[in-house]
Amino acid sequence: MHEFSLMQSTLDLAIDHASRHGAERIERITMRIGDLSGVVADALQFAFEVLREGTMAADAALEIERVPVRCHCASCDSFFEPDGFVYTCPTCGAASRDIRTGREMELASIEVTGT
Amino acid sequence: MTDGAGSDRRTEHAAPRRVEINEGILSRNQSSAEANRRLFRERGWFAVNVVSSPGSGKTELLRRTVELLARRGVRAAVVVGDLATDNDALRLQSAGAPVVQIVTGTLCHLDADMVRRAVEALPQDPFEVLFIENVGNLVCPSAYDLGEAARVVLLSVTEGEDKPLKYPTMFKSAALTVITKMDLAAPVAFDRAAALAALRGVAPQAQIIETSARTGEGMEAWLDALLALRN
Repeated sequence: MHEFSLMQSTLDLAIDHASRHGAERIERITMRIGDLSGVVADALQFAFEVLREGTMAADAALEIERVPVRCHCASCDSFFEPDGFVYTCPTCGAASRDIRTGREMELASIEVTGT
Repeated sequence: MTDGAGSDRRTEHAAPRRVEINEGILSRNQSSAEANRRLFRERGWFAVNVVSSPGSGKTELLRRTVELLARRGVRAAVVVGDLATDNDALRLQSAGAPVVQIVTGTLCHLDADMVRRAVEALPQDPFEVLFIENVGNLVCPSAYDLGEAARVVLLSVTEGEDKPLKYPTMFKSAALTVITKMDLAAPVAFDRAAALAALRGVAPQAQIIETSARTGEGMEAWLDALLALRN
């Protein structure tokens, strides 16, 4: 699994933004993780608790917002959130290959304190 | 009048400020991948990222593919990633292709920068197809764009027919699925219908080709499908 390296990149990015805003501490980091990203939220949380030590995010909370998979059906021009990993349109039964959300791996925002 | 000294002491109890970022965690890799894509296009290389579990037959498929492409007058080069050893590079060199081995150490995937450094180390011989044989792993490599024009995922008959259902992220990301080791289908009682149903369910975007690098079964169809993606 690569959650440790993803978390390290997230932390680097967060600290970089916080420093540019002249902050002293990061209080909260919010990530957006898609259900189809292949990333496990618990593993990110664990990596975060190890990697934040000794950084300006040492006391920060990590919040992970889940992004569900959302598909577009080309046959009947509708949107749907599939159950499981076979993306069949509930309206017309066609298979969808047009995945609009669910692959996200993003740093959404941070909350900082200090001058 | 306010007390100047008191109002300056705001850092202790100040409410946190929210900073919106909305940036992809892999945005650095993404920009390296875009740079690779431009480079490959400039040099006229059709770059193919080949992914699968360990032991699905990536190296053997590519070894035979390089030989068969040469017979069609299409030259290929290979960049191959492994955690350790250059055994795969040696096998691929025996097919006559320029090869560069990337040893990733503990890293479970290739990233765009590693591929960039590896292609700079390729011999100067001209070629048209660049195969990037990724580290055997169906999870981590799915998130890393290498700048390829096409991604191909392998599924061998000796793995479970339901593998696509277990690793949907990877199977959904590939344009082509190659079923390998078809010569072993009967001895391992491969349930072809179940495998095809799983693949079509999870990855309706992918074309499916059944091959055996050992017997040559399906190899010409695989080359046709691959070269069709070039356009």
